[in-house]
Amino acid sequence: MMNLKLRRRWINRVALMLSILAMAFGLLWLIWILSTTLQLGMSGLSWTLFTRMTPPPGGEGGLANAIVGSLVMVGLATAIGTPIGALAGVYLAEYGQRSWLGHATRFINDLLLSAPSIVIGLFVYAVYVERTSKFSAFAGVIALALIVVPVVLRTSENMLRLVPDSLREAAFALGAPQWKIILRVTLPAARAGILTGILLAVARISGETAPLLFTALSNQFWSLRLDEPMANLPVTIFKFAMSPFKGWQELAWAGVFLITIGVLGLNIVARLMFRSPKH
Amino acid sequence: MNDIDITPLESTSQISIRRLNFHYGKYQALKNIQLDVMSHRITSFIGPSGCGKSTLLRTLNRMYDLYPDQRAEGEILFDGSNILDRGVNVNDLRAKIGMVFQKPTPFPMSIYENIAFGVRLHEQLSRIEMDDRVEWALHKAALWDEVKDKLQQSGMSLSGGQQQRLCIARGIAVKPRVLLLDEPTSALDPISTMRIEELLNELKDDFTIVIVTHNMQQAARVSDFTAYMYLGELIEFGVTDEIFLKPKMKQTEDYITGRFG
Repeated sequence: MMNLKLRRRWINRVALMLSILAMAFGLLWLIWILSTTLQLGMSGLSWTLFTRMTPPPGGEGGLANAIVGSLVMVGLATAIGTPIGALAGVYLAEYGQRSWLGHATRFINDLLLSAPSIVIGLFVYAVYVERTSKFSAFAGVIALALIVVPVVLRTSENMLRLVPDSLREAAFALGAPQWKIILRVTLPAARAGILTGILLAVARISGETAPLLFTALSNQFWSLRLDEPMANLPVTIFKFAMSPFKGWQELAWAGVFLITIGVLGLNIVARLMFRSPKH
Repeated sequence: MNDIDITPLESTSQISIRRLNFHYGKYQALKNIQLDVMSHRITSFIGPSGCGKSTLLRTLNRMYDLYPDQRAEGEILFDGSNILDRGVNVNDLRAKIGMVFQKPTPFPMSIYENIAFGVRLHEQLSRIEMDDRVEWALHKAALWDEVKDKLQQSGMSLSGGQQQRLCIARGIAVKPRVLLLDEPTSALDPISTMRIEELLNELKDDFTIVIVTHNMQQAARVSDFTAYMYLGELIEFGVTDEIFLKPKMKQTEDYITGRFG
């Protein structure tokens, strides 16, 4: 009897040790990445980063055009992709749960969700950039929006399905039409989760390079025109980090640092939002 | 009120159920039910799990409409027409026949909005009229004193018993004529249960009440009429005291004396 208890206690300890080791191993990489980007990005961090344009090789400058370009494209892509994804999620969770159209949409969305982003970049290149025979910020926005849609769709559907049916029935029992129930009862009940999904989609696209490489390309200069190539952080980082110029490399690391902090911040906000209104 | 012997003759029928059959897909859950729900009385449906008492309740406001494989045949006469007819506007029907569920289901909005939500669906009231209606409903549900200072707080911040009274207030704010309650106290503690039972007794002046309950003592305490159901059939229906003191059917007696069920 005692023996069994002793053995169980030891097994418990070993299992605990193994899981702590696994956790430490995972954390190690995250901390390493953060400290490296901080270390290498620090030297390039200064106010001129936000005020000056990307410099020619050997010159002095900042990342202002790339930062603004990224904000514009990510913002527009989110603004376009979110309503489409959220509405489709509402359709799947509230109307078409068991219909063949629902099943088909869900299957295709899963494919889109796991499609490599370079595929999406090439797709937009083929159907939009080639036809307009011009790299443009708008093509970049389309590519990023195509990445936003499946993420938002999936989280919206999942969050709406977590809303208990008893809540829907209670609203139906008052004589409420379905659209009103969705708008006033189920969507507000799933709000925190849906917003979390949107934030995670934003975090995902703000670091995407491949879809922009074939679409928005990049721009050495300040441009806010959607029909022209637009500077953005990921492609600028790609270009600068590969270059032999020290000034460019430092800027690349500073850009990496900005994106990492931004994505980390978004993730933390998403976590907090999901936790706070715990009824 | 409760100890006076009320016979069906002293009241008029509010809902008449005739030859009602109900199917979940291929499974027949209700078999040829005939029953009259009396106006301004409390009718309880009792019976072992799976006997069809909740199903019967959910046909009365066409709740089953939400599920494509469920269907009802027969007649449920309310206001002189059959509510099972295809042409019936279920939203209008549900404004007249309200429902409270087993688990409290406050909506994710303020206490005030929880009640105003249902009212706005069917009536256009001014701000002052709406305030009055909300207060009236909360008074009726014996919740006003506890929430009058926090009407803008989330309905989910209330305790379980308070949430269930909020749901009752929400149901009666629409001013239905019938209130259906599906095991309204089974998720509550004894004190909250007692409060809701007292409340039901007061509410029957204004509403016709139908309650499904697992708790036989509850049926005996609160209801004027009791229907005992078993395997989808109505075994016995009558004045509550008679059902509990001198049931006509052996099956009923076995159930209420605890020999089975």
